[in-house]
Amino acid sequence: MVRFHRVSKSFGDLEVLRDINLEIAPSEIVAIIGSSGSGKTTLVRMLMTLEKPTSGTIEVDGELLWHKKENGRLVPADEKHLRKVRSKVGMVFQQFNLFPHMKILRNVTEAPIHVLGLSREEAEQEAISMLEKVGLGDKLDAYPSQLSGGQQQRVAIARALVMHPKVMLFDEVTSALDPELVGEVLQVLKEIAAEGKTTMLIVTHEMDFAREVADRIVFIDGGRILEEGPPEQLFGNPRNQRTREFLSRFRRTI
Amino acid sequence: MIAIPPPFDLLPTLWRGVGVTVQLTLFGSALAFGVALIIGFGRLSRFRLIRLLATVYMELFRGTTLLVQLFWAYFVLPHFGVEFTEMQIGVLVLGLNYGAYGSEIVRGSILAVPNTQIEAGIALNMSPWQIMRRIILPQALLMMLPPFGNLLIELLKGTALVSMITLADLTFQGTLMRVSTLRSLEIFSLVLIIYFLLAYPLTLALRLFERKMAEGRS
Repeated sequence: MVRFHRVSKSFGDLEVLRDINLEIAPSEIVAIIGSSGSGKTTLVRMLMTLEKPTSGTIEVDGELLWHKKENGRLVPADEKHLRKVRSKVGMVFQQFNLFPHMKILRNVTEAPIHVLGLSREEAEQEAISMLEKVGLGDKLDAYPSQLSGGQQQRVAIARALVMHPKVMLFDEVTSALDPELVGEVLQVLKEIAAEGKTTMLIVTHEMDFAREVADRIVFIDGGRILEEGPPEQLFGNPRNQRTREFLSRFRRTI
Repeated sequence: MIAIPPPFDLLPTLWRGVGVTVQLTLFGSALAFGVALIIGFGRLSRFRLIRLLATVYMELFRGTTLLVQLFWAYFVLPHFGVEFTEMQIGVLVLGLNYGAYGSEIVRGSILAVPNTQIEAGIALNMSPWQIMRRIILPQALLMMLPPFGNLLIELLKGTALVSMITLADLTFQGTLMRVSTLRSLEIFSLVLIIYFLLAYPLTLALRLFERKMAEGRS
């Protein structure tokens, strides 16, 4: 479903990701862990077309994301191509990024109406059932600022889901939340994972959560994938010294 | 005829000027708003030439005085065979001049919308135009309101300068009457009060509008 091939990314002189190769199968759930500044957020941001890779290629659902083929040669993608491939990807951000000037219902219907071309009735019907699913059916007429962080993040998840992306990216979606609100958001994520319809890439610091829902854990450090494997193996018996250090430091801080 | 006690006997004549002042304010600010949007967006354009032209326009109109711009349009343009009525010149120069200031408000407000809002739009696969129209502009407009309110009041007061090109606004009627009656104290006190009575409701209306727009947001 997703394929990173020799992807590198630099900001000026700073190389944040180096030679990343990663393949993700349809409906696979992959958790990306690593310390801050390791490049894991940049990885998903490139997949959302928010950052452009410096080199290498990314494929989504068999199509090149940042490039297209012209006469057998790879050329940079134009806006039209980007939008076509981008429609397969959705993302939830650390800071929710809801639209503050729209009520909750409209936050969720805006893109289905104007991007997918749904009628208002269709869009609202689906938005309401999606908001009910994340436990916010009673907040349709509220503004984002009237909601708690956990509620805002659940709206953001609903907003992304109604676009029916094949791949969902979750970028540290609980990091900005008060500890007592983390659970409600993780619960929604678990439900999406349990449905098994969506490929999920989850950047997270919640190790227990990653262990529970992910099919595979990817450990990134210093811009490289140092180790990857099933949760039991990576958490239970990490091969790499850096992974061991990272995990032990994590256990200590928690 | 019933005699109106002074100083209110001056009011009917001054009142004729109020109409002109209000008209100038209305049309001038409408034009200024349009110019502000165009130049403000121009300054944010992807294309260097458009950015350059917009910047030159803004600096030119901000960097020269309104009064001389009025004189120029009134006395110099006819030499090039371009003739406008005094009212047209008043609206045009006020609109172009205050639009130049307004363009900075437009530009600043658009830039002040957090980048993360744009990213949220991209993540929902909106087009650049949809992101501008549905996400950035509504938020930017709210930020523009207070400074635009100030500018509108400034423009209202700036209309007084058009009396210098013989447009019969409130100030013009005042100076005219001073010459004929020599009652300076009464005349200019009344004129000041009338300007205030025009400006203050504007301030209140803008504040109300702002509150309505900001409903639900913190």
